[in-house]
Amino acid sequence: MTGAVIQALMSHWRRHWLQLATLLIGIALATGLWSAVQAINAEARASYQQASDQLALGLFDELRDPSGPIPIERYVVLRRTGWQVAAVLEGSLRVAGRTVQVMGVDMVAYPALPAVTQIEQSETPPDPADMLTAPGRLLAAPDLAQMLRTQSGLPPVLTSDSIPPDLILTDIGVAETLLEKSGQISRLIVLPDQPVGVPPLSEIAPELERVTASARLDAASLTDSFHLNLTAFGLLSFAVGLFIVHGTVGLAFAQRRAMIRTLRALGVSMRRLIWMIMAELTILALIGGTLGLILGFFLAGALLPDVAATLRGLYGAPVDGQMSLQPQWALAGLAMALAGTLLASGHALYRLARMPLLTGAGLHAWRGAAAGQHRTGLIGLILIAGGFAIGFAIDGLVAGFAMVGGILTGAALTLPFLLSLALSMFQRRARGPVAQWVWADMRAQLPGLSLALMALLLALAANIGVGTMVSSFRLTFVGWLDQRLTSEVYVTAIDNQQGRQIAEWLDPQVDAVLPIRSVELTHEIGPLFLYGVEDHQTYRDHWPLIATSAGEWDRVMAGKAVLINEQLARRAGLWPGDTLTLKADHTLTVAGVYSDYGNPTGQAIVSMPQLDQIAPGADTRRFGIRLAPERATEITQALRQQFDLPRQAVVQQAAMKAQSLAIFDNTFVVTSALNVLTLGVAGFAILTSLLTLWTQRLPQVTPVWALGLTRAQLARLELLRSVLLAAFTAVMALPLGLVLAWALLAVINVQAFGWRLPMFLFPVDWAYLFLLTLLAAFVAAALPALRLMRLPPADLLKVFANER
Amino acid sequence: MALHIVAGIVQGVFMLLNIEKVQKSYPGGRPVLRDVSLTLDHGQTLALTGESGSGKSTLLNLAAALDSFDGGEITLDGTALSTLDDRGRAALRRQSVSLVFQQFNLIPSLTVAQNLSFHARLANREDTEWTAQLAERLGLSDLLARYPENLSGGQQQRVAIGRAMAPRPKLLLADEPTGNLDETASATVLDLMLSLVAEAGTALLLVTHSLDIAARLDRRAHLTGGHIA
Ligand SMILES: Nc1ncnc2c1ncn2[C@@H]1O[C@H](COP(=O)(O)OP(=O)(O)OP(=O)(O)O)[C@@H](O)[C@H]1O
Ligand SMILES: [Mg+2]
Repeated sequence: MTGAVIQALMSHWRRHWLQLATLLIGIALATGLWSAVQAINAEARASYQQASDQLALGLFDELRDPSGPIPIERYVVLRRTGWQVAAVLEGSLRVAGRTVQVMGVDMVAYPALPAVTQIEQSETPPDPADMLTAPGRLLAAPDLAQMLRTQSGLPPVLTSDSIPPDLILTDIGVAETLLEKSGQISRLIVLPDQPVGVPPLSEIAPELERVTASARLDAASLTDSFHLNLTAFGLLSFAVGLFIVHGTVGLAFAQRRAMIRTLRALGVSMRRLIWMIMAELTILALIGGTLGLILGFFLAGALLPDVAATLRGLYGAPVDGQMSLQPQWALAGLAMALAGTLLASGHALYRLARMPLLTGAGLHAWRGAAAGQHRTGLIGLILIAGGFAIGFAIDGLVAGFAMVGGILTGAALTLPFLLSLALSMFQRRARGPVAQWVWADMRAQLPGLSLALMALLLALAANIGVGTMVSSFRLTFVGWLDQRLTSEVYVTAIDNQQGRQIAEWLDPQVDAVLPIRSVELTHEIGPLFLYGVEDHQTYRDHWPLIATSAGEWDRVMAGKAVLINEQLARRAGLWPGDTLTLKADHTLTVAGVYSDYGNPTGQAIVSMPQLDQIAPGADTRRFGIRLAPERATEITQALRQQFDLPRQAVVQQAAMKAQSLAIFDNTFVVTSALNVLTLGVAGFAILTSLLTLWTQRLPQVTPVWALGLTRAQLARLELLRSVLLAAFTAVMALPLGLVLAWALLAVINVQAFGWRLPMFLFPVDWAYLFLLTLLAAFVAAALPALRLMRLPPADLLKVFANER
Repeated sequence: MALHIVAGIVQGVFMLLNIEKVQKSYPGGRPVLRDVSLTLDHGQTLALTGESGSGKSTLLNLAAALDSFDGGEITLDGTALSTLDDRGRAALRRQSVSLVFQQFNLIPSLTVAQNLSFHARLANREDTEWTAQLAERLGLSDLLARYPENLSGGQQQRVAIGRAMAPRPKLLLADEPTGNLDETASATVLDLMLSLVAEAGTALLLVTHSLDIAARLDRRAHLTGGHIA
């Protein structure tokens, strides 16, 4: 019996292969987009994890000298008094046109460095002595190791999987020679198991600061919000894909009702049927899910290099641009496909299970009644209201996303009701019989198309919302760059002394030389970079302040106040009038807050004498140079020649802006790629709905044909209908998209990144998107319309002849 | 050629429909109509009988300019159907013929009232008084705001007849209009149809299985083996 039932169930798919393809594509798209985002996230997270685990960077406290490198004598003293510390020297090195980070660790003091332990446990362990004695050994990831081996003049290279890309790990002695920084120490790692009774730091090394592991912002938490954004997008794409699945399964079940009724009449129990249909859905979900995984893998592979660039550029987080396939990822993707398919089919299954044996309700009864439309519309309104309520009542990123989710879902649910309202309005105004029919017919078609239209609404709203956010951000960012990068040329000297020489040399040739001096402090919200500036009209004219108090610059320059960046202000809740403690017994009033996009950490500005007091002896190696813009190139070259400075030490403002913008644009490449993909999926959802509705279309269209319209006219009307429905949806997506943009700019961004952005409107983009939508709807309807135009009259006539 | 047209016009004065040696086969099937000839004058009623599958519906559809034929000629109200393209056939359906099928005649998305006036409005011959009278006489006055899916089979067929008669067509083609109805409903629908046709001077070509029904019409024709017997 089971065999016969399977055959009966399968026969449906053989006759409706397009429906089967649609269903599989729907599952594949949903799974693919979701898995791609997951793969990207997992890959990036794995990279950070590698970085912090293997180097044990995130685990231990550190000692730092706020004013610069730690002298070797301090290290000796600390170790002699019993402190278990290991010296680290860091710097960057250019090898064959690529910048790599070099990290030298005192391996005598810290032999248990995880990456080293791992190599020692390998099949061909190196002789520990080789690591420590000249020429030493370099440890690098396979990819980098291969490249390093081709370079002459470097010590032998060992390969380790557990080292982040673009990093060379070695003994501090080797690093000294590589980086040409002998006798310098960047920081000290405080190892676990300190002996009891060591003298306190304040006695033996008062200038050193202990930075606890938890006080440092680690890459993972910094980039969390970025990943959250991606995840939200992945979820949206998943949902849009499920719309396709829901629509197709619903129709397939509706078309199989007669068969199922027959099977039941023949004695197959409903229970058995439901189980078999579940099994069928499971198999389909697994097939579609596997296709989706393949899609997701390639999609992630295509997007990952951009994501890697973004994360490196924006957060300095080390991410490999390579994809590796992980079994848990595949399993999770398949589980998601299965769960999604069953979720999307649940409603249809439920209705099937409740179907009475005898009633002969056809497709009409299957369609949602007007009452249902009202009910979902009402639920939608409640969701929207709930979303706003959560957004305004509760703080935090999750509440922000809950708000956005509520508004989006709610709006999608109210869409059919609103569309039906608009259509009946137009119908009432229509004059000719054909026009009247077209409007009425669109309304009749709505239930079958509403899921696809909801998907379109969401995709369009996401497009408008995210597009508005990105464009607003970009506009603000460009304006901010102009304000912030006021000097025409920036130069970084090798040390204090060269800095002084450069300043003296420049002074007679340019309008102004503005020293920039900074130290890194810690604050409860994480690292805090304190900058000292010299009083100059440039700052007073241009600095991008978003909150001020009377005479802020005068007070800062008088050493009475401090300016802080927006990130610090929002995270620590500091605004003009509040006080900020920079160091023990050194507290200043906050005089103003400035915007500081793209910077993950806190920052503050004081006058130069204040900085000297807080951190005496801080280097002055950076200078901003004011001069006539046309002389920038000339001075840049002269500086490089005169002081034998490397290229990156002298940067022109224009190049810096271009670079910043490139990083910025990179950040949103992924977002816009997902945006376009989501829109594509929505277009596909419309196509599939139209195709699956095809059999229901003929009884609607044929009587009109018989009464004297040509097939060509009817085909044109089909196109018009699809385009009109998409146009209505697009019109409703605009306000929704703007609400979304507002939520992203004013709520999500503040929670995730610590800055609030002004919102700008981009009507030209909307017009473009609108046209794109109409085009998508036209293309989606083109196939069914063409089919209708080419349909032989004999086939149309079957509608009147067949008992359906 | 000119003679042909003149002949057509002359014919049209007496004859509304002239079917001459028409042949028709469907793709991949045996010929359904081998050599069918039949005429119908203005205002005349004719019953077409024949066993199932003999091609009655096929012939009716050809006369209604719904489908094209392989040989012979059909002249409707002076127009040779073989000379028409898709648009010409559509125009003819709009202006000269009305159709009632066994089922699925109505436009599901329009109300009864909208369905009733649809054909007349398409043909630009709407006569609201006549349409109202039709609704009244067909017993549809209380159902005007309903949608077809909420009507019984008999009610649906009455709407179909009302819609077909609203433009006062020269020819009404009906394909077993009562085939799906029980005896009483069937009799009501047929009575109404015949009286309306007589009143409007419309010619009627009715396909039926029932000899009783056939007996009530002016003429009878029997289709068998692809010919009119
Ligand atoms: N659209 C079509 N495509 C292919 N073959 C068709 C089509 N319509 C009818 N036929 C075939 O043409 C023949 C005549 O069919 P038709 O519907 O004209 O018969 P009928 O006399 O109306 O029969 P019935 O009394 O059952 O309605 C049949 O063999 C049928 O299978
Ligand atoms: Mg028939």
